[in-house]
Amino acid sequence: MIITRTEAWSGRLLLVVLMVVTIVPFISLFTTALHPSGSVPPGLSWPADPQWGNFLEAFDQAHMDALLTSSVLIVLGVVPVSVIIATMAGFAIGHLHIRGSSFLFVLFLLGLTLPLAGIIIPLYYLADNLHILDTKLAIILPLIGLYMPFGVFWMRAHFVNMPHELSEAARVDGATTSDLLWKIHVPLAMPAISSLAILLSVWTWNQFLLALVMVQDPLERTMAGALGAFQGHYATNIPLLSAGSLLILTPTLIVFLIFQRQFVSALLQGSLKG
Amino acid sequence: MASWSGWLYVVPALIMYVGFVLVPLAMTVQYSLLRWNGIGPSTFVGIDNYATVLTDPELVGITLNAFKLIIFFSVIPVTLGLLVASVIRRVATGSLGAIARTVLFLPQVIPLVAAGIVWSWMLSTTGLVNQVLSTIGLGGITRSWLADFGLALPAVGVIGAWVLLGLCTILLLTGMSKIDVSLYESARIDGATAWQEFRHITVPSLRYEIGVCITVTVIASLAAFDAIYISTLGGPGTTTTVPSLEIYRLAFGGRQVGLASALAVVLIALVLLAVLPIQRLTREESR
Repeated sequence: MIITRTEAWSGRLLLVVLMVVTIVPFISLFTTALHPSGSVPPGLSWPADPQWGNFLEAFDQAHMDALLTSSVLIVLGVVPVSVIIATMAGFAIGHLHIRGSSFLFVLFLLGLTLPLAGIIIPLYYLADNLHILDTKLAIILPLIGLYMPFGVFWMRAHFVNMPHELSEAARVDGATTSDLLWKIHVPLAMPAISSLAILLSVWTWNQFLLALVMVQDPLERTMAGALGAFQGHYATNIPLLSAGSLLILTPTLIVFLIFQRQFVSALLQGSLKG
Repeated sequence: MASWSGWLYVVPALIMYVGFVLVPLAMTVQYSLLRWNGIGPSTFVGIDNYATVLTDPELVGITLNAFKLIIFFSVIPVTLGLLVASVIRRVATGSLGAIARTVLFLPQVIPLVAAGIVWSWMLSTTGLVNQVLSTIGLGGITRSWLADFGLALPAVGVIGAWVLLGLCTILLLTGMSKIDVSLYESARIDGATAWQEFRHITVPSLRYEIGVCITVTVIASLAAFDAIYISTLGGPGTTTTVPSLEIYRLAFGGRQVGLASALAVVLIALVLLAVLPIQRLTREESR
């Protein structure tokens, strides 16, 4: 490639500018969070007397301990079940080639582009009839269903590429279908399964509309749902709102920085396959 | 062999999917034919609700808003993403490129709700955007951007562009790493300029990845909810109201369950109509 000096420097300048635009909102949020509670600070300025206590106050006021527990419980309620049943279905459709598997595959694909708002109304009445409205189950059960198109699609894509010789050899040794799945294929599918688990955890953590509609008490919601309510209460107290928002988005940032590799590749494969 | 017993493995997934997706989908269609306040008795009104969705100026405007958002949620991230990805490939193969990938991806990780809160603050009267404008002598155009009738929609669009740029950049970078380097070498021997290389090699080779970016971002604009609910609640007036928000408002605030459901069906159809041609175009040519 021929690269002129002008191109090299203007290119780097563009990257730096875009990085600044990406990062600055976070910094603005951070400096704002350190200003005295209740004041209206300018967008970006270091306070004379940083109020680190704002984070503690926001932690208390937002009931972060209860929130974290609730969000973790919702993730634990959604992700393991979703991953297990999507793996089973993906295995049956992609590897066992059960009768009607192409019909089943298309049926699941139908749900892949469905916007949640499209079915949120019946979901609400359904939860009402099941008497689970205002409980975590009203978030957990619909989310499991909503994740099935992607989950089955994802796991099928993995199992389709597994060689049949492997299963045939195991069958000769007397393995049942269930041995085949749990003892031979699941261990080999761990990379695909863990990527799916990371993706579903983040999507659950960040789920907002479902939490907003199903659960009135913010403390029983997902993190994103609680953040929405927190904004409603503290819209006028900008430093405290900023501190609370930072606290609430820190866990996802930490998870991202730790699992960056898996995270990015999972998200990319996810959208490329979709 | 186990052709029918294998069904047992699909049953749990199928039950959850049918129960919480397909049945609600059918119920949305059913509700859309009713006049119903969600509590009392309902009346069958046929396609009346659809007629309202397609003719009421306010509802049509709301649907058009979603299409206007495509410029910010889709066109800008995809074109800028192409540019940024080529820049990273050409001039920032070292640590600058690696840092840029991580940093640009950050907004994709945080909840959209948080992005909404961050930008509500950035775009407010005392926010950083106005502070910067005043500093560079453009104090005259400062305003509360999200409360401005003409500019609230573009302002909300900026949030979407901010969130989606990193995803597009990294998707396109992955595609670029698969392009055969010898293509560029022979183009260079033939005396191709950087722009010609970009137009005749990079873009055609990335057909599939570009298609994916467009699909994902178009769905994000048509189905947008979180960031808009947080930053403007659809206001001022209905200038930033989008279908998902209106469905929520009509059904749970306005008690017009039938009308909201008709809008929901229209939204589902629009997403499919927008996504299917893109899929067909990119898949036929690239595979």
